[in-house]
Amino acid sequence: MIARLQQTGYEEDRLQRVAKLLPCRELQAGTLLSIMGQPQQYSYPSVFIYGHRASGKSHVMHILLKELELPHATVSCVECVSVALLFEQVLLSFFGCDAASLLPRSPSLSDFVRIYRQQCLEMPAKQTRYVVMEKAELLRDMDANLLPAILRLQELVEDNVTVIFLSEIVWDKFRPNTGCFEPLLLHFPDYSKGELQQILSQDKHPSYSAEFYSSYINILLGVFYSVCRDLRELRHLAALNFSKFCEPLAEGKVKESDTHKLWRNIEPHLKKAMQTVYLREVSSLQWEQMQQVEEKETGPLRGLSAHTHVELPYYSKFLLIAAYLASYNPARTDKRFFLKHHGKIKKTNFLKKNEKTSNHLLGPKPFPLDRLLAIFYSVVDSRVAPTASIFSQISSLVTLQLLTQVSHDDQLDAPKYKCAVSMDFICAISRTVNFDIVKYLYDFL
Amino acid sequence: MSKRKVKDAHLPVGECITQLQKILRERLCNQQLPEKPEGVGAQHKHLLELLRRTAVHGESNSVLIVGPRGAGKTMLLKSVLRELLEEKEVQKNLLQVQLNGLLQTDDRIALKEITRQLHLENVVGDKVFGSFAENLAFLLEALKKGDRSSSRPVLFVLDEFDLFAHHKNQTLLYNLFDVSQSAQAPIAVVGLTCRLDVLELLEKRVKSRFSHRQIHLLNGGTFGQYIERVQTQLSLPQDFPDEKFAKDWNESVKALCEDKSVEEVLLRHFNCSRDFRSLHMFLMLCLSRVTVAKPVVKAADVLEAGRLCFADAKADMLHGLSILELCLIIAMKHLNDVYEGEPFNLQMVHNEFKKFLQRKSNSMYNFEQPVVLKAFEHLQQLELIRPVDGSSAKTQREYQLMRLMLDNSQIMEALQKYPQCPTDVKQWAMSAFG
Repeated sequence: MIARLQQTGYEEDRLQRVAKLLPCRELQAGTLLSIMGQPQQYSYPSVFIYGHRASGKSHVMHILLKELELPHATVSCVECVSVALLFEQVLLSFFGCDAASLLPRSPSLSDFVRIYRQQCLEMPAKQTRYVVMEKAELLRDMDANLLPAILRLQELVEDNVTVIFLSEIVWDKFRPNTGCFEPLLLHFPDYSKGELQQILSQDKHPSYSAEFYSSYINILLGVFYSVCRDLRELRHLAALNFSKFCEPLAEGKVKESDTHKLWRNIEPHLKKAMQTVYLREVSSLQWEQMQQVEEKETGPLRGLSAHTHVELPYYSKFLLIAAYLASYNPARTDKRFFLKHHGKIKKTNFLKKNEKTSNHLLGPKPFPLDRLLAIFYSVVDSRVAPTASIFSQISSLVTLQLLTQVSHDDQLDAPKYKCAVSMDFICAISRTVNFDIVKYLYDFL
Repeated sequence: MSKRKVKDAHLPVGECITQLQKILRERLCNQQLPEKPEGVGAQHKHLLELLRRTAVHGESNSVLIVGPRGAGKTMLLKSVLRELLEEKEVQKNLLQVQLNGLLQTDDRIALKEITRQLHLENVVGDKVFGSFAENLAFLLEALKKGDRSSSRPVLFVLDEFDLFAHHKNQTLLYNLFDVSQSAQAPIAVVGLTCRLDVLELLEKRVKSRFSHRQIHLLNGGTFGQYIERVQTQLSLPQDFPDEKFAKDWNESVKALCEDKSVEEVLLRHFNCSRDFRSLHMFLMLCLSRVTVAKPVVKAADVLEAGRLCFADAKADMLHGLSILELCLIIAMKHLNDVYEGEPFNLQMVHNEFKKFLQRKSNSMYNFEQPVVLKAFEHLQQLELIRPVDGSSAKTQREYQLMRLMLDNSQIMEALQKYPQCPTDVKQWAMSAFG
């Protein structure tokens, strides 16, 4: 059942077409349309629409403006790296190329408003003009006066123009400190599970029945809904995994109505997809290829994060291990771990964990170079001369971003470092050199 | 067709609604000037007298109109100008220069704009020639040459006056005020600003040349006046084509304003803010719901508009989060409670979440670390959590310290509204200690 959109001033059949193109968004489109009013009437100077990603903000705007043939300029703030591009886009869509070419090389807002006014005298608006700003949160990072000026564009250019901002971030985070013209706020709520099901079921496969596809979507949502509500992401996942879902059907093992068997077949597959495709560990192309090569199980294929394993020289490995130990162990325990004859130290002193939170929870601590080298000499069995190559290996570890230099105040004299690798990574490294790192970590004592 | 005839004619309802929307939208959205500004009689008189002295007698003046946003500063100035320009002599005599602090961001641009608006000799078409120094010298020369008796008075309107005070050395302000102080061409400088401390922004030499005349516009008024204002804003004027419709409409508006539930909403709105702008936005929301099928504003419309106006945006956004993201937010809330607002990182949050999962038998939400990381980053994108320091590249993502940008009550309220929220998650959120 498609609700009717009503607004005088527009043709009835056009509104019907719009309503058909906007499933589950009739209410929002209706509100928006009623705020926009009839084409020749004034509308509110600025409307701010916020909602989650893929909740149909751009889609509704696009369909409304296009189907109702309203004069509009759509500006994506991601593309506008300078304000000149933004101005040019607006002038181009409203007045054609000639107006856009009038802009000087590095235009100020003043130039833009002046040219807009000039053009406006020649071509006054018969209908409300709309400027749609997508990803409006980026406007905050541009000039400080840009956002307040755009908010009151209607007043500045004295034209029937309405600016519509689309953003994922709430308006409270936009407000400049001296205040501005407040826009009309409009929220696009997220799609409920039923609505997602309804929208996703629309793009069914022609060779299968609608119920079959709908049951597939149901299973897909059952797995992914608790993690992801992004329509685009879900649609992508649905398209990727459908062939796997149909497989038993093609082989003739089950019938279409045999939902339980189909579910048993697809569920582990989808769970695996969450750890791989959803995280973009495995690209969509790889995933599709994997499904075609039936025999090969999907697990062994190594995703992006498995490739983080790097081949390092022997001493670099030990340097990295030493850096990890220095980062995650408190300095007062070094004596106990790395000195052979550390004399009598009460064991209870060390075993007592007075800090509740372990270092693996708080993250790495910075350490000086001296400490790194001391631990390094202690963990490497053979005698190593402190040659230039050892020091250059430290700095190359920094360039590889396995270590980070903490304070940039001094390059040579007592630099401080932090270890920036994960536990799994360092365990893998220490296994290659037969070093039991867990024995040396204070947290795991 | 005589005017009389038009007035008597009964237009069809659709036509009436179109006319109604047109008139009211121009009033509410386009900030059309009202017939007579209300509640600012004294200020109006003061400003009018001041500007007339400049326009007619050639006296140089400077004045600042100060008031919060939406208090009607521009409206006051415009209505004064409208009244002033009705006089033949003034109309012929007065030159106007409109500047806006948002547009003219530095003195060079402002100077070009002034030259352009005054149509001085070095303007060809709309291009201005010469460097900044030449322009300034030229302009000052032009202003100096004039004297009280012979040259035409110039009115400078500086909108967003506080932004002009941020220009380098405040050259423009200095020169304008200087001209207004010395016996040169008569100018009036009118600044509009929303900053009450605007005089503190001015340099000493600029401040000493300013006449320290300020007109304050405050959103005073009682609730009764506020209701009256609602009524006048929504009422149709006398010259509406269909007299009967206008009469019905005005009566329905009057009845609406007396409605108890409407009054409640309006009182709430009144307590939030009293400026014209927010009132206009509120009325606009009501007006947009008037259609041919329902040609009056009902009490339900006002309630609905109130609901839209007072909606908590963050709670709306929380409603759309996935269950995993919600669980992370609850974990953050617990961390905040236990460690009293200390910043946290992903590891701690995940640890807290794992503690919750351990206590439960069925591990339905046992997600891997990367999936949790992705949810965490989504929260960061929505700016519900914010990194403590900006340096994002230096530390690993899971150890970056964050702060929660939500209030406990917001979280609890969102949890109540969350569709199909699992009971154990709810209980976990309620429990005081993790």
